[in-house]
Amino acid sequence: MARQAASRAKSSSSTAKKSTGGARKAAPKFSDEQIQKFYYDMLLIRRFEEKAGQIYGMGLIGGFCHLYIGQEAVVVGMKSAITDDDAVITSYRDHGHMLACGMDPKGVMAELTGREGGYSKGKGGSMHMFSKEANFYGGHGIVGACVPLGTGLAFSQKYQKSEDITLCYMGDGTVNQGQVYESFNMAELWSLPVVYVIENNEYAMGTSVKRSSAQTELYKRGDSFNVPGEQVDGMDVFAVAAAGKKAVDWVRAGKGPYILEMKTYRYRGHSMSDPAKYRSKEEVNKKRAEHDPIDHLRQIMLDKKVNTEEELKEIDRKIKAIIADAVEFAQNSPEPQPEELYTDVLA
Amino acid sequence: MPTEILMPALSPTMTEGKLARWMVKEGDTVSSGDVLAEIETDKATMEVEAVDEGKIGKILIEGDTDNVAVNTPIAVLLEEGEDDSDLDGFSPSAAPSTSSETYEKDADDSDDDAAPAPRVSVSDTPDAYDASGEIPQGTEMVKMTVREALRDAMAEEMRKDERVFIMGEEVAEYQGAYKVTQGLLDEFGGRRVIDTPITEHGFAGVGVGAAFHGLRPIVEFMTFNFAMQAIDQIVNSAAKTRYMSGGQMASPMVFRGPNGAASRVAAQHSQCYAAWYSHVPGLIVIAPHTAADAKGLLKAAIRDPNPVIFLENEILYGQSFDVPVMDDFVLPIGKAKIERPGDDVTIVSFAMGMRYALEAADKLAEENISAEVIDLRTIRPMDMETVLASVRKTNRCITVEEGWPQSGIGAEITAQIMHHAFDYLDAPVLRVSGKDVPMPYAANLEKLALPNADEVVAAAKSVCYRD
Repeated sequence: MARQAASRAKSSSSTAKKSTGGARKAAPKFSDEQIQKFYYDMLLIRRFEEKAGQIYGMGLIGGFCHLYIGQEAVVVGMKSAITDDDAVITSYRDHGHMLACGMDPKGVMAELTGREGGYSKGKGGSMHMFSKEANFYGGHGIVGACVPLGTGLAFSQKYQKSEDITLCYMGDGTVNQGQVYESFNMAELWSLPVVYVIENNEYAMGTSVKRSSAQTELYKRGDSFNVPGEQVDGMDVFAVAAAGKKAVDWVRAGKGPYILEMKTYRYRGHSMSDPAKYRSKEEVNKKRAEHDPIDHLRQIMLDKKVNTEEELKEIDRKIKAIIADAVEFAQNSPEPQPEELYTDVLA
Repeated sequence: MPTEILMPALSPTMTEGKLARWMVKEGDTVSSGDVLAEIETDKATMEVEAVDEGKIGKILIEGDTDNVAVNTPIAVLLEEGEDDSDLDGFSPSAAPSTSSETYEKDADDSDDDAAPAPRVSVSDTPDAYDASGEIPQGTEMVKMTVREALRDAMAEEMRKDERVFIMGEEVAEYQGAYKVTQGLLDEFGGRRVIDTPITEHGFAGVGVGAAFHGLRPIVEFMTFNFAMQAIDQIVNSAAKTRYMSGGQMASPMVFRGPNGAASRVAAQHSQCYAAWYSHVPGLIVIAPHTAADAKGLLKAAIRDPNPVIFLENEILYGQSFDVPVMDDFVLPIGKAKIERPGDDVTIVSFAMGMRYALEAADKLAEENISAEVIDLRTIRPMDMETVLASVRKTNRCITVEEGWPQSGIGAEITAQIMHHAFDYLDAPVLRVSGKDVPMPYAANLEKLALPNADEVVAAAKSVCYRD
């Protein structure tokens, strides 16, 4: 009985909390340079994904292609909280994560088109891309698998007595996989330096969080393991960056894992062939009109005179040119040589 | 120049669709993300969104048009700085072939250059591997159990390489559920000998992640039956990542533990996974019989840059064999061993099956049948050269395994022999295997379910036409 009471007391003092995060208030804490980088990085992802969607329509990209449009503030804000030596891993909606990690849009786009110049030499595709150089560990196609893998990266960081930490992303669908909780348990047990970032875009393919989750407050999912969690406005890059910094500081200090639930939204269907009939057009339009992370930041930049309209247009043109180059590269890079069929199976 | 808006493919298999209706009209200004039109496919109605900003200059295909091929220009977009005059003299490109035709054409093209030959192939004149050089002449030998040999292999590699660690259930304080990790905690401490919760799926994945990041994990499963919980991480993450990453990232690690039937532990704890893992490209599968092979091959497995499935056997743990006293005894992966030379029939087996095979060879000798017994040792890559060289000599072959017959190791060997040594066979290859049932608990039924030496003898006599 005493033990039970004690454990109940512990869980009731759980650190999970809803952060109302001084989203707008946080803005002044960031320098103009940081704000411009946020804008640039988010817009790069947005334009990249729009283009990927377009060339998918032209038959240049095959198979599954999951676009990140709408969720850009999450990866861009989180990236600002880590160093280039920290590790990042995610599931299959991964193009944004790779671009945020500084991977070359050409190599990412060429992997989407299945060409030699792609990050995986054309053998991985949209869902399976990696860059050791950028400390990006994939790109994993099985829902849930990246969570133990990310926990393993953190295990290695601690084992090697490194200061580095891991950002382990997952979606709201992932959190109902058992291996997620196996990971939370081990990460807390062994105080591993990992921030679990739950990107709650409200729909696991076509199933809403309400229809799939008994506990819809996903930041509380670490309660049973004493992993602190926090809910963040994932459509606000400042709120993400601020929460990210706090979580990363916690983890880097050796206090064990931390959960951030990013409330975000994906504008497009689950994959290219998803007509998204499980939600209303009004819902999507409302999110886009009122909560778009890029429009929101753009307005702040204009209001605070960080940049002029013309300067922002110039950024837009610059990004368009980068994306156009990426597409050209991805179209012109040759298909992998037939000999590549049998390489990279074993070392 | 005005931009063409093309009929998009909305799924990997779509070749044409119905342009149901336009949501914009000529002259409308659009920005990226705006819905331009609705398209009906055989599966669903989808919206086409604008990618570029601009003005709809001309609609080329009206709404309510059926069978519009993918990539057909459906409208023209005027971008910033362009107006209707830019449409003068602009002629849209002809409707291209549908993507399915393109695909088929590509497929035809690639038919011209057939798939290249795999790098590992069987030569026309197979040579048997000579294992006699593995232990130098005159090397001192000590009797050692398989259990001790495995422990020594891990300890030696952990002394050598700081990146090597072991994790699993009861590997540390309990000293191993089967005492294979006895003493490791004392020597290497809790940082490198790690007790996990009962959480196979999770800790297998943690091991793979640690391997991606530069460590050399040894993941112990209390038995391979429990690794079924972790098989997704083993196959999808460990085995495939080197390929999927174009060679950038890999999982140099060992998954090890007892495999197959023990004694009276019934169906869920008595399964052989040799065939399961041997199916998977990207994995190495090892299943030793003797203590010396266990030691030399586990050391090799820990050093190997690939994920290795190391199948042990609970009954063999306590068996003693001669093990060479050498500073660094490492065996080559992928080489079989002729455990007993012979002329009349080849018996191919591995792990516990070797016990039945060797016992059968003794019995066959009494009847003047000389059996050559080959221990595969490594299941993948399989040393077919040694098997084929033997079959060319004996013209007969029996396979022995504890696993089930269908799609088993024997089935694979049989197919390879049929392909590469058909003309040398004087009799069909026969398989001796576990029976095609879940393992029963009752002692008599369990005995019937497992293969035994008498079954091997009967099979050998049958292919020698001596029954």
